[in-house]
Amino acid sequence: MTTSTTEALMPFDDVLAAYDPALGLEVHVELNTASKMFCGCPATFGGEPNAGVCPTCLGLPGAMPVVNGKAVESAIRIGLALNCDIAEWCRFARKNYFYPDMPKNFQTSQYDEPIAFDGWMDVDLPTDDGGTETFRVEIERAHMEEDTGKSLHVGGATGRIHGADYSLVDYNRAGIPLIEIVTRPILGAGERAPEVARAYVAQLRELIVALGVSEARMDQGNLRADVNLSLSPKGSGTLGTRTETKNVNSFRSVERAVRFEMQRHAAILSGGGTILQETRHWHEDTGITTSGRVKSDAEDYRYFPEPDLVPVAPSREWVEELRGTLPENPTARRARLQAEWGFTDMEMRDTVGAGALALVEETIAEGAAPQAARKWWLGELARRSNEDGVDLVDLPITPADVARIQALVDDKVVNDKLARQVFEGVLAGEGTPDEVVEKRGLAVVSDDGALGAAVDNAIAANPDVADKIRDGKVAAAGALIGAVMKEMRGQADAGRVRELILEKLA
Amino acid sequence: MSDLTRSTAAALADRLAAGDVTSVQLTEAHLDRIDAVDSRPDGRGVHAFLQVDRDGALADAAESDARRARGEARGPLDGVPIAVKDVLATRGLPTTCGSKILEGWVPPYDATVVTRLREAGLPILGKTNMDEFAMGSSTEHSAYGPTRNPWDLDRIPGGSGGGSAAAVAAFEAPLAIGTDTGGSIRQPGAVTGTVGVKPTYGGVSRYGLVALANSLDQAGPVTRTVLDAAMLHDVIGGHDPRDSTSIAQEWPSFTEAARAGATRDMTGVKVGVITELAGEGWQPGVMARFQESVDLLVKAGAEVVEVSCPSFVHALAAYYLILPAEASSNLAKFDAMRFGLRVTPEGSPSAEDVMRATRDAGFGDEVKRRIILGTYALSSGYYDAYYGQAQKIRTLISRDFDAAFAHVDVLVSPTAPTTAFKLGEKLDDPMAMYLNDLATIPANLAGVPGISVPNGLADEDGLPSGFQVLAPALADDRVYRVGAALEAIHAEQWGGPLLDKAPELETE
Repeated sequence: MTTSTTEALMPFDDVLAAYDPALGLEVHVELNTASKMFCGCPATFGGEPNAGVCPTCLGLPGAMPVVNGKAVESAIRIGLALNCDIAEWCRFARKNYFYPDMPKNFQTSQYDEPIAFDGWMDVDLPTDDGGTETFRVEIERAHMEEDTGKSLHVGGATGRIHGADYSLVDYNRAGIPLIEIVTRPILGAGERAPEVARAYVAQLRELIVALGVSEARMDQGNLRADVNLSLSPKGSGTLGTRTETKNVNSFRSVERAVRFEMQRHAAILSGGGTILQETRHWHEDTGITTSGRVKSDAEDYRYFPEPDLVPVAPSREWVEELRGTLPENPTARRARLQAEWGFTDMEMRDTVGAGALALVEETIAEGAAPQAARKWWLGELARRSNEDGVDLVDLPITPADVARIQALVDDKVVNDKLARQVFEGVLAGEGTPDEVVEKRGLAVVSDDGALGAAVDNAIAANPDVADKIRDGKVAAAGALIGAVMKEMRGQADAGRVRELILEKLA
Repeated sequence: MSDLTRSTAAALADRLAAGDVTSVQLTEAHLDRIDAVDSRPDGRGVHAFLQVDRDGALADAAESDARRARGEARGPLDGVPIAVKDVLATRGLPTTCGSKILEGWVPPYDATVVTRLREAGLPILGKTNMDEFAMGSSTEHSAYGPTRNPWDLDRIPGGSGGGSAAAVAAFEAPLAIGTDTGGSIRQPGAVTGTVGVKPTYGGVSRYGLVALANSLDQAGPVTRTVLDAAMLHDVIGGHDPRDSTSIAQEWPSFTEAARAGATRDMTGVKVGVITELAGEGWQPGVMARFQESVDLLVKAGAEVVEVSCPSFVHALAAYYLILPAEASSNLAKFDAMRFGLRVTPEGSPSAEDVMRATRDAGFGDEVKRRIILGTYALSSGYYDAYYGQAQKIRTLISRDFDAAFAHVDVLVSPTAPTTAFKLGEKLDDPMAMYLNDLATIPANLAGVPGISVPNGLADEDGLPSGFQVLAPALADDRVYRVGAALEAIHAEQWGGPLLDKAPELETE
């Protein structure tokens, strides 16, 4: 029997010739509320382990949960932004299973009564002719739940609980509010299925950022995507057995994981094998998935309504009030920004396609000119993101940093060439742009004393050139400027150097 | 025995206010009484307490006296000592829930009820015995040995709160806190000749009450008189933002309701006798006392009618699905990972192995029985047939109450079908044990308040029986009014409280 761990892959084009893919995405959004979902502990993960805990999020006997109203508000705003209906009355349920990082051995979640349901999001994909194709992704539900603690398995080869010598658990994360957004099966995407998956997650992130309800950093786990995929024989209209690939933590990986699973499923199915309904682990480094636990009927969470909580019943007035706080819809927003920034259609499309829209917007908000912001994000930084295989948003640099570097260029503290070194320094974790300039000694020298000496040296070393300039051939100054720059390791203010040369050889 | 331990809490409050006695004297008197009767070398102590906090109680008492000396007493019960069922979290004081799995666990926080007791200045004498995780009707399921009924040391004190009831019945404490999931305050009250109140669901905070069945649990007063219960209820009740199911409303003074009832005037009060809570399995002596009390209420001016609550016959079945379902989930947290017992098997055990071994060693048979029942009832494929169906019955029972309370102000029944049975008698027969709560369970399923007041001794065995009064949700004042009236009428008839007829306990 063919097992699910086989890594035989079918060429992508062959997959499409024989099968229709069905996608499903489950995205967990960690909210940025001040406190946890059911207690007053800070909802910031990190810091000293097990310092941000109380009887409730530690699951101590007798402690009780209280719903965080701000989390409900965020859930409703996410639901509205995804064109969902908002429940008039819904409950939390207990999802029962044993795991050491889950304090109560049940997760307080929503089950059959989600706060938001029946929505959609239009995902834009670029087309070959420079246009845009819109693909509608239907949202089944968005529901509230709490995060678990975080286990660190020490010893053993895999870093997983099996084979570990011992495990450490940090409950600071336990109880942080999560919104899980679940799509309906996405059918008919065909060859664009991997792109649709990526674009959906990217656009969803953009929406979450615009709503301001989460830090939404995939590399930090604020946004976590699970990718469901199944194949069915082409044109059959059926749904095949699906696999669920967990914690795919970048846009790029979402696309790759879909592609990989399509190719893997097809290889198994075409060989007469069957797909095991299972959880799969995504490996960022090798770009493959491996088998996790098998999901069978034996897994029974024994859901029942959480008796310690009363139903959540948002009034229609409140819901409408929250609707009024929604950011503008993405299409209108893009049109507005394009006009404001004066981008061409092509520039705008590339910006959106690179997942840089929000980054560019934030950079402009930090003071950079639109073209400068675009230039850095789609140039230097896009190159780095490709090289490192991480999404732009996950690069260790903020829009404020980018704006600051541009300001350094504008103020002639550095030139474009030096700016690239500043980027390198910031990305390498050497500090803020100013710190990098300082530490690396990158500032352009415009001080006449230092420049004057270098100019004198250049004139002395190139008497022929100096004579030409004296004779009025000003264009020859370039050669002397080059010599000065060389001596000053590129850090001279070229304009001032030129002035000095012309003054001295007048 | 000191007269200090025989006094009611209300009388002690008056004496403290008058300066006749200090809280330290009172607290010491009760601690001495506990020393004298609770544990004996021959094993025939009452064993109402699992923990006695002599130092803590005396320190609290000294503070209370100091406050009173400064004229800053916090309320009528400031300085009156109390015992707390070991199912409520007490900061710095071990809390076991009668289970080995929590042996030695010292909570880092106080239950809201405990906080309110402390804020009102009541010294906490200690923690009382109970069936493990409040599962039982006899306190025999305590992992630390049973409590004995002060009326007959060979008999059970009821359960699960047998410790709290026995503590007040044996004059070890003037007041105690119990919790009632299906009768665990009222049934022990009935079989020990004491008063027990289950408030309206949401009337008293459950924060810090280690949940048995969250949708049924309610903490309440365990006392010797109705007035004492009302005074205690006034201290512990009211909205708590830490408990989402707690009711946000102002409550009337239950103390005033009890005082009003003590006038014995029942004119205009409509009383319904529940048809279904009588018949086969009900001890004749219990029924005889019950009928006499109904007649006494009529004499006092009440209008009595018979009321049928047809769904009550299904209450026990529904209860034994809902309770185990919730309990099976609640008890999952006892896994050795963060607190309590940890049993580490030989070899190189996984976390799961440790959980399994700990739960196997730490839970008693009754707990395991209910975890299995509840897990089964919630399983996919069975949920609708069991848990779902039980919830429907629950709705029907609430409707029975609604229909009944459309015609009557209160409903009455015997609290328990029988008087106290012998220790060990029903231990191997869970169904017989469960039947003890037949009359008390409907109130928990519907969330309505109920009281059990002493109702005289059954002729067959000379043991106490109880009279239950139920009222609509939020109308807890009615159970105090009717309960206090019946208590006053009885006192007149009996020439004093029922507990005067209890045998003297041998002291050391």
